[in-house]
Amino acid sequence: MPELKLKFNEKLCATCPTYDCLVRCQYMNIDKDTAKAEMQKMIHNEDSFVLHQCATCYACEEYCKRGNHPFYLITDLQEKRGIFPIPKPLVKQWVNACIPGRRDIQQFWGAKEPVISLCVFPEYVDSIQGKLFEDVSIIMGRYVCCQPGYVHFGNPSIIRERLPRMIENIAKHNFKEVIFFHDECYSAFTSYAPAYGIEVPFKPIHFFDYLYNKLKEHEGEIKLLNIKVAYQRPCTSRLTPKKEHFVDDILSLIGVKRIERKYDRENCLCCAGTIRGQQRYDLFVDVQKRNVEDMVNAGAEYCVFNCPACFNSLSEAVAKKGIKPIMMHDLCKLALGEKTAGWK
Amino acid sequence: MEVIGMDEIYKSLAEIVDEEYVSNRKEELYIYSQDPGMMEPHEPDYVVMPKTTEEVQKIVKLANKEKIPIVPVGGSMSLSGLVIPHRGGIALDLKRMDRVLEVNEKSRHVVVEAGMTQGKLKAYLERRHPDLRHSIPDAPPSATIVGNIVIHGQGRLTQQYGFNSDMVTGLEIVLPTGEVCKIGTCSVSPYWFALAPLPDLAGLFLGWFGTTGVITKLGLKLYPNKKIRDAEVFVVEDPNLVPDIIYRLTHTEMTEDIVLGAQPYPPIFKDIIMIMILITGDSEEEIEFKRRMIWDALRTYIDSKEGGFSMLTPDMKQNLLKMPSDDTTKLADVLKGGGFEYAGPIIPVEKYPETYKKLLELTSKYGITFGHAGRVIGRSHCMMFSFAYPFNRADPDNIERTKKALHETNVASLDIGGVPWKPEVPSQKMIMERMDKNTLELMKRVKKLLDPNGIMNPGNWEAK
Repeated sequence: MPELKLKFNEKLCATCPTYDCLVRCQYMNIDKDTAKAEMQKMIHNEDSFVLHQCATCYACEEYCKRGNHPFYLITDLQEKRGIFPIPKPLVKQWVNACIPGRRDIQQFWGAKEPVISLCVFPEYVDSIQGKLFEDVSIIMGRYVCCQPGYVHFGNPSIIRERLPRMIENIAKHNFKEVIFFHDECYSAFTSYAPAYGIEVPFKPIHFFDYLYNKLKEHEGEIKLLNIKVAYQRPCTSRLTPKKEHFVDDILSLIGVKRIERKYDRENCLCCAGTIRGQQRYDLFVDVQKRNVEDMVNAGAEYCVFNCPACFNSLSEAVAKKGIKPIMMHDLCKLALGEKTAGWK
Repeated sequence: MEVIGMDEIYKSLAEIVDEEYVSNRKEELYIYSQDPGMMEPHEPDYVVMPKTTEEVQKIVKLANKEKIPIVPVGGSMSLSGLVIPHRGGIALDLKRMDRVLEVNEKSRHVVVEAGMTQGKLKAYLERRHPDLRHSIPDAPPSATIVGNIVIHGQGRLTQQYGFNSDMVTGLEIVLPTGEVCKIGTCSVSPYWFALAPLPDLAGLFLGWFGTTGVITKLGLKLYPNKKIRDAEVFVVEDPNLVPDIIYRLTHTEMTEDIVLGAQPYPPIFKDIIMIMILITGDSEEEIEFKRRMIWDALRTYIDSKEGGFSMLTPDMKQNLLKMPSDDTTKLADVLKGGGFEYAGPIIPVEKYPETYKKLLELTSKYGITFGHAGRVIGRSHCMMFSFAYPFNRADPDNIERTKKALHETNVASLDIGGVPWKPEVPSQKMIMERMDKNTLELMKRVKKLLDPNGIMNPGNWEAK
């Protein structure tokens, strides 16, 4: 297979008036001149402190309003230069954990749309129940795992090696549309794949898009929740900001106020799971503390999560401060008078 | 000497404990004939369940008089056939003797009867003395306190305070000749607070697998039960790093427990050694302080990227904090064949890499699956290294391969410089073959002195 190359426009970068990709970084203090110099170094395959200090939070992809791919450039170069942001045994564990399934999963055949992919989160099967999920089919496991997490680990070539196979696995079932529960999966198919010229022969639908439309179908049954929530954006939502409006659309529909706070929307902070994985313990504590304190100060009663990994990383910290952690679909179920499946 | 008939023995036992608590029915003897391990089953002739020390005393006197083998039985959880009645006789099931006799809060110890289980004591302390705890082994809750002590078991507090048998404060024993004997301060005073400062006679009974007497009561140290427990998992690929990592961790004196694990499946665990580190505290600040000490202690390996702390999901953490852990129980039936055996030599910590490599070599050679767990004992004074082999009892080939692997594991453990823990009879023989001759002779003399008729759990620790 020919090497898949990143579509990165060097000229576009060289003429950038802001260098917001690095200037707005939450974890490095970089002025515009330094940002320009460091970007030029990286474009020319040279070492840069950015490669060593990057928290791999994906935010630079969103800050770049010109549609270039600074984050993918950074992670490709980390790999090229052998810079491991995360200790080698942890990388090995996750490389092994998501080895693409070799066998076809029999029960996927004949699965009727709508189809929801749960990626590698079988623990959420119990929660995909109730009015919002009547008649859905679920696919999950290593057979359909989208693999984009390796941008955190300094070995993104694994994504390019495995993603086409995942696409093939899904495509051979002839699904027209697939709903992706995991934001990272959706972003892999709608951002990462096109950035490397990988074709996706089905239409990826974001889980929140599906939730919103199902809620609309049940609008008459919604009991407004009248609560204040903080929303924890996942890192991959930086890759696909166009679908972010669904968060507000859903919350508005179920009578939930998304509190105004410092670390939300484009200024959001990472859940810090990856930062912990990078073994930067002080930064991990600092980021989570600032984030949670911000939620507390703004009066959040719940912290709403999109991504299971964020939930795993941050739920304990928010719960200790009296804020209830909840996944978005569970919040929607509450609005329909249904019970959540419990804390996983 | 007149040998009375079998029915007479049954009648005598029934007179001692009431007919309800004695049996020679086939279906009940079957239960006492085996454990899940590799040792050949053998039925006792009688099962008897005494309620008091006096009843135990009468049963032992009867057995000694009639020269009938007698095997004290706790939870039957050793997996190495230590309470299989190899020569028949009486299975002395102590489960009815399960009372807490005393908890001394200020001196932090408890006195229990011999059938007290780990689960019951844990529940008792949680309910009545929530500031106190004992060192719970990762055995099923039905394992008994005394059973764990007589095999030199380990538990959650072993890394801080040594083998669970180091936590004994006193014993009440029925000697094979029927005398009731107290060991420790309880032999002089009403209090069961320590074995010292008297001559230490507890060693005549600990580690002997019930071959020198029947423990009927036990004094056991209790420890502070902190309000919060938390966990970290440090992962490495290279077994050569493990001894130094353990050394650094134990140097902090901040950990409740350090447990190691490795297994080939699922793929996320392949070729990875996990070091589970438990910490406790009465406040979040205490936990945070200890966590930072632990992270700092391993900074060298983090910076070199050779090791790192895992991100734990809430359910992973919950699993790690379970007391007892049920991981071993889950592994035990992974092949769905009802067979499970493990050799768990006690080794010097520096021998970890060599032992780990041997584990991989043997499981590869015999094509069997494995689970490995290890527990640090004391401040890196030694460790238990388990080679756990689940097997399928319905698959003769699998049994044969596992048996060979187990034999080689025990040989290798001794070659490496370790000593098999709670060894089954063939392994006991291996140990005694390598034992210093004068030590072996001393063991023989002690055994002969205490059990002149050789009635106590025969087959075990039989020095020829």
